[in-house]
Amino acid sequence: MPSLNQPSSPVSRRDFLRSGARIAGMTGAGALLGLMAQRAGAVTHVWQIDPAKCVRCGRCATDCVLEQSAVKCVHTHAICGYCELCTGYFEPEPNALNTGAENQLCPTAAIIRKFIEDPYYEYVIDEQLCIGCGKCVEGCNRFGNGSLYLQVRHDRCVNCNECSIARVCAGDAFRRVPVDHPYLLKTSH
Amino acid sequence: MRARGLFIWIWLLLGLGATVFAAERRFPPPEFETDYVMPVAATPEPRSAAMQYVDLAVLAGGLGLATWLALRRRSRKGLIGLSIFSLVYFGFYRAGCICAIGAPQNVALGLFDNGYAIPFTALAFFILPLAVALFAGRTFCAAVCPHGALQDLILIRPVKVPAWLEAGLGLFPYFFLGAGLLFAATGATFLFCRYDPFVPLFRMNGSFLMVGLGLGLLVLGMFVGRPYCRFVCPYGALLRMAAAVSRWRIRITPNYCTQCRLCEESCPYGAIREPVNLPSTPQALAPDRRRMGRLLVLLPALILATAWLGSRLATPFSKLHPKVALAEAYHAPDRPAAPPPVATPDSLALARADRDPDGLLAEAVAIRKRFRIGGWLFGGWIGLVLGVRLMALSLRPARNDFEPDRSACLACGRCYTYCPNERVRLGLLAPEALPLPPATLAQPPKA
Repeated sequence: MPSLNQPSSPVSRRDFLRSGARIAGMTGAGALLGLMAQRAGAVTHVWQIDPAKCVRCGRCATDCVLEQSAVKCVHTHAICGYCELCTGYFEPEPNALNTGAENQLCPTAAIIRKFIEDPYYEYVIDEQLCIGCGKCVEGCNRFGNGSLYLQVRHDRCVNCNECSIARVCAGDAFRRVPVDHPYLLKTSH
Repeated sequence: MRARGLFIWIWLLLGLGATVFAAERRFPPPEFETDYVMPVAATPEPRSAAMQYVDLAVLAGGLGLATWLALRRRSRKGLIGLSIFSLVYFGFYRAGCICAIGAPQNVALGLFDNGYAIPFTALAFFILPLAVALFAGRTFCAAVCPHGALQDLILIRPVKVPAWLEAGLGLFPYFFLGAGLLFAATGATFLFCRYDPFVPLFRMNGSFLMVGLGLGLLVLGMFVGRPYCRFVCPYGALLRMAAAVSRWRIRITPNYCTQCRLCEESCPYGAIREPVNLPSTPQALAPDRRRMGRLLVLLPALILATAWLGSRLATPFSKLHPKVALAEAYHAPDRPAAPPPVATPDSLALARADRDPDGLLAEAVAIRKRFRIGGWLFGGWIGLVLGVRLMALSLRPARNDFEPDRSACLACGRCYTYCPNERVRLGLLAPEALPLPPATLAQPPKA
C-alpha cells in the first residue's frame, strides 16, 4: 500500500519536465514560424548579375562551385554596332581583322564572327565554349556599345544558398532576383 | 567600314578610352539592307518555381514514412530503402540544395536582415524536421537527410568511439551551430554551406579542399559511424535538443526488455545506454547534488566569461564579411596610392570603394557593431553549452532497460533485430525460448 506521503502520480517529474520543454519548444517554433511567415517570400530567388555593376574582374570564371562556371557571356544584338573592328572580339592592335586565333581576345574562341553585309559583322557567343571570364565584356564596354555582358545561366546554375562568386565579386554585382524574372538583360539601344 | 575602325584606334592610342569609362552605346545600330534577322539572347529557365512544392511534398512524405518505419513498422530494410531514395532525390538529383542543414542560416538572415525575404521552402525545411523531432525523435536523420543516408549506407565496420572522445567531440556541433548563426545573422557568410563536405560529392564538382574533405569523411565513415552527423552537423545539434524532450521514442524491444545484453554492441553510433539503478539510499546522491548546486551557481559566471571572450572575437570574425574586408583594405595604411597598370579584382574592388568611401565605412562600422553584439551572444552560448554538459554529468537517470539515448539515437533501426523479443514478434523465434519478464521490470508494451 503506497504511503500517504508519496501519492503515486501518473506523471513522473521527468516526464512532466520533458512535456514542459516540448511545449516550450513548440511555442518557440510556432512563434518563429509566425514571425518569419510574414517576411517569407512566396517565390524563391535565384542569383543574377547586374550588368550595370559588373566590373569584369574575371572572378566569375574561377570562383563558381561548378568546374565550368554557370556565368556566361550574353549578347544583346539589338545594342550591338556590328562593328568590323569589334573591341570585344579582337585583341588590342590585332595583326589583321580576321578570325585568326592570334587576333582573338576570347581565350576559348567562344565568339563566332560572321559577315552579314558590308560593313557589318555579327558576333554570336558559343556557350559551350564560353567560360565567363569577361574579357570580351571589358573590351565591348570600354570601347563599344556594351552589348556583351555576363549573366548567370540558369540551365547550369545550381542556385547555391550562398553564391560563391557573389562573396568575392569585385563589383558587388550579384543579387537575388525572383525566379520568375531570372535575367537582368540589357534590352534596347 | 575601315573609317570607324580607324576612329577607334585613334581613341585607343590617345588613351581616351579610360576617360569615357561609363559611356556605352557609342555606335548607332546598323541599318541592314539584306533581310538579316537579329538573334535574340536565349534565356534558359531556372528550375520551375512549382518544383519547390515537390521538394516540400517529398520532405513531408519522407518524414512521415521514416517516422512510421522507425517507430511503428520497426523496419530497418524500409529505412534503408528510404535512405537510398533520399540520397538519390535530395542528394544527387537536388544536388544538396535545398537542405535542412543550411536552412537555419536562412532563418537567421531572414530574422536580422530586412532586405532578405526567406523563401518559404527554406522555412519549411527548417521547421518540419524539428517539429517531427519534438514528437518522434530524429527520424529525419534516419532516412530523409541525404548526408545521413550517405554515411549510413557506407558504414561497413563500425568502431566504438570511447565515451570521453564522443562526449568531447559531440560539443563541436553546438559551437558550429552558434558560429554559423552568428555569421548568417550578420550577413557575412553561410558557413554550413561553405564547409559542407558532401554537397561537392553530390555535385561531383567542387574545390579540392572540400572534395578531399568529403572523401576523407567517407573513408572515415566506413569505420566510424556517421562522423559528420555526430561530430559536425549543426542542424543535428538542433535536432538533438528537440529529440531530448520527444513525446515518443525508438525502443529496442517491442514490448519488454529481457536484459539479455544482446543489443549492447549493436549501435554503431554509441547511442544505447545501459540500465542504471538508483542508489538504495538518497544519501548516496548527495555528492552529485552538491556538484550540481556548485555548477548551477558557477554557470552564470562561466557564461559571462565566455561571452566576454566571444566579444573579443568580434573584430577578427567581422573580417569574414566582404564589406568589412573591403573597408579594411581601403583604409589600410599600406594601400597603394595608384591602381596597378593591369587591373586586378582587388584593385577593381578598391576602385569601387573609392566611389563612396564614407558610405562603405559607415556600413562596415554598422556590421562590426552587429558582430560585437553577436560575439557576446555566441560566447554566452559556448558557456551555456559547456555548463549544461558539465551539469549533465551529475544527472543520474534511472533506467531499468537497455534504451537508446533520446538525443543521440539516429533512429537507424539497427538494434531491432538484436532483441529476442523482436525476433519473437517477427516469428523468427518461439516465445517459449525467452525468459519471462522479471516481475519488477515488466512494463506494459508502449506504442
